Amino acid sequence: MRILSADPLADRAFTLELDTAIGQRAAARVRAAGDALGVALADAALPGVQEITRSFTTVTVHYDPLEASQADLLHQAETLLSGIEADAVSPGRLWRFPCCYAAEFALDLDTLSQHLNLSGAEIIAQHAATEFGVYAIGFLPGLPFMGDLPPGLSLPRRSSPRPTVPAGSVAIAGGLCVIYPWDSPGGWHILGRCPVPLFDPARPHPALLQAGDRVRFADVSTDEYARLRTGYEDGSLSAEILLEQEPTA
Amino acid sequence: MTCHLRVISPGARSLVQDLGFRQARAQGVPAAGVLDRDSLFLVNALLGNPAGTEALELAMTSPILQAEYGSVRIATSGGLRGSILSPDGAERVVPAWTATTLNPGERLRLDAPERGASALLGIGGGLDLAEIMGSRATLTRAALGGVGGRGLAEGDRLYPRRPCVTDVPDLTFHMAPPADAGPLRVVPGPQDDRFTAAAWQTFTTAQFEITPQSDRMGMRLQGPVLEHDPTQGPDIISDGAAPGAIQVPGNGQPIILLADAQTTGGYTKIATVIGADLPRLAARIPGDTLRFTVVSVAQAEAAARSRHALLKQIAGSIGAANPGGIDQTALHSVNLISGVVDMRSADHFPGHLADRD
Repeated sequence: MRILSADPLADRAFTLELDTAIGQRAAARVRAAGDALGVALADAALPGVQEITRSFTTVTVHYDPLEASQADLLHQAETLLSGIEADAVSPGRLWRFPCCYAAEFALDLDTLSQHLNLSGAEIIAQHAATEFGVYAIGFLPGLPFMGDLPPGLSLPRRSSPRPTVPAGSVAIAGGLCVIYPWDSPGGWHILGRCPVPLFDPARPHPALLQAGDRVRFADVSTDEYARLRTGYEDGSLSAEILLEQEPTA
Repeated sequence: MTCHLRVISPGARSLVQDLGFRQARAQGVPAAGVLDRDSLFLVNALLGNPAGTEALELAMTSPILQAEYGSVRIATSGGLRGSILSPDGAERVVPAWTATTLNPGERLRLDAPERGASALLGIGGGLDLAEIMGSRATLTRAALGGVGGRGLAEGDRLYPRRPCVTDVPDLTFHMAPPADAGPLRVVPGPQDDRFTAAAWQTFTTAQFEITPQSDRMGMRLQGPVLEHDPTQGPDIISDGAAPGAIQVPGNGQPIILLADAQTTGGYTKIATVIGADLPRLAARIPGDTLRFTVVSVAQAEAAARSRHALLKQIAGSIGAANPGGIDQTALHSVNLISGVVDMRSADHFPGHLADRD
């Protein structure tokens, strides 16, 4: 795999650019590079490296300048990545998340319907039929940026963001889909709500999802949503049961 | 009951911080941790704590703490001083950079950190709090870590993790930690090529003022506009961020990301403050001015090594504090906080510094 550019964040980190546009090709490259670097980090083959993070088209290597030099690490990363190909990556874990598209949760479905020139039912059907790839976790702890939306569902963000988007809101904009793990301000179009806890500090790995995972949504009723939500809150349900498929070896 | 510190009054923003969450960014969690890693190293050295042990990061005003059911060892960083009040009415001064013992019933009354900036109070043995992602750091905007994911509150009890000390003399450094001087050193990038030549000239020569819209996530600056290359603009596909990165949104006014920096950001980052100079920002407050000077990655790494060597040298100079003598570090004037610090400024939850919404 070719590194398009390598740019320093001073003596703390450096970012490797692997593609120029958000999409599945970039996601595959980021995943292949992130996995390879992550394995090397876990095997202590990259002394001085503290963490590897991924975004849509880049991976960033965080390091301790007292233990390694960026020039050496960059050379190691180039050597490592030159030996791997993006198409060799196996599919990530597949999750099936319940999503309630009822009017009380789908705050922007009417607006979406007008802008996209589709009925609410068609939007929901298309959304629920899409297998999303988790391109990056960020912005908020545990928040997944997922793509790609079907082209017919792509539109810019709301002109004025909401001061508070309820936790669990499933929202779309710019060809991507997110689930807000927390109440937060936000400008994406909300089309449903998902009761799955995406971030739990009590878990060894608090974020449920990781970059490279796949997510499908299943339409559930408001009653089912309420039942699931109660279950997750009182601990009688575990989010792990939503895992439909482990990565193939 | 075992020995502990009871929080009599919490201070404006008293947070348990250490070196920050580990391997957390991939989960969307900022590293958090202390703003001033040098001071964390030094207060822990004074206490004989392992490097990186959590301490209380104080800002704007300080807490009042009382030792109960035993003695607790504490240490002040630079810019922090106060006094200890005994139950019998006796009072003794605690200068900056001093480790001392707080005996049962004694109250530590600290002045506001110098100029209302931030400062550290180390605790002998660290604090008995749960670790999350390899850390006891506090990230308030996600209610994560530390004491219930929040700052100290009245009535909180802080238990040291190590058995309580009884009879250790007061200690200080005989070699003074270095004073802050000179422009902040930065390495260009990751997106330095997205700015005009004039913007670069301005960035490296002009003076920028810290605005009150600053917190642990980012320090917003005000100065001459830094123009983006008009063919490319200020937006990028979000990429990895780190403390020290200087992002410049469309208004051309830079923001230096700090310890609670979002993990990824969608604005151009013109340059990044080098690790060795990041602790200097912890002592800066709104109204202060900053200048930048450019160094290479190799120079930044060399600065990190020499800074670390200097800290070890200072740590090696620990000796008994002389209560009768004049301690230069204690002579720093301590101003009460002024109106320039906006204590009510809300956190940028949830990271809208980086969001283009």
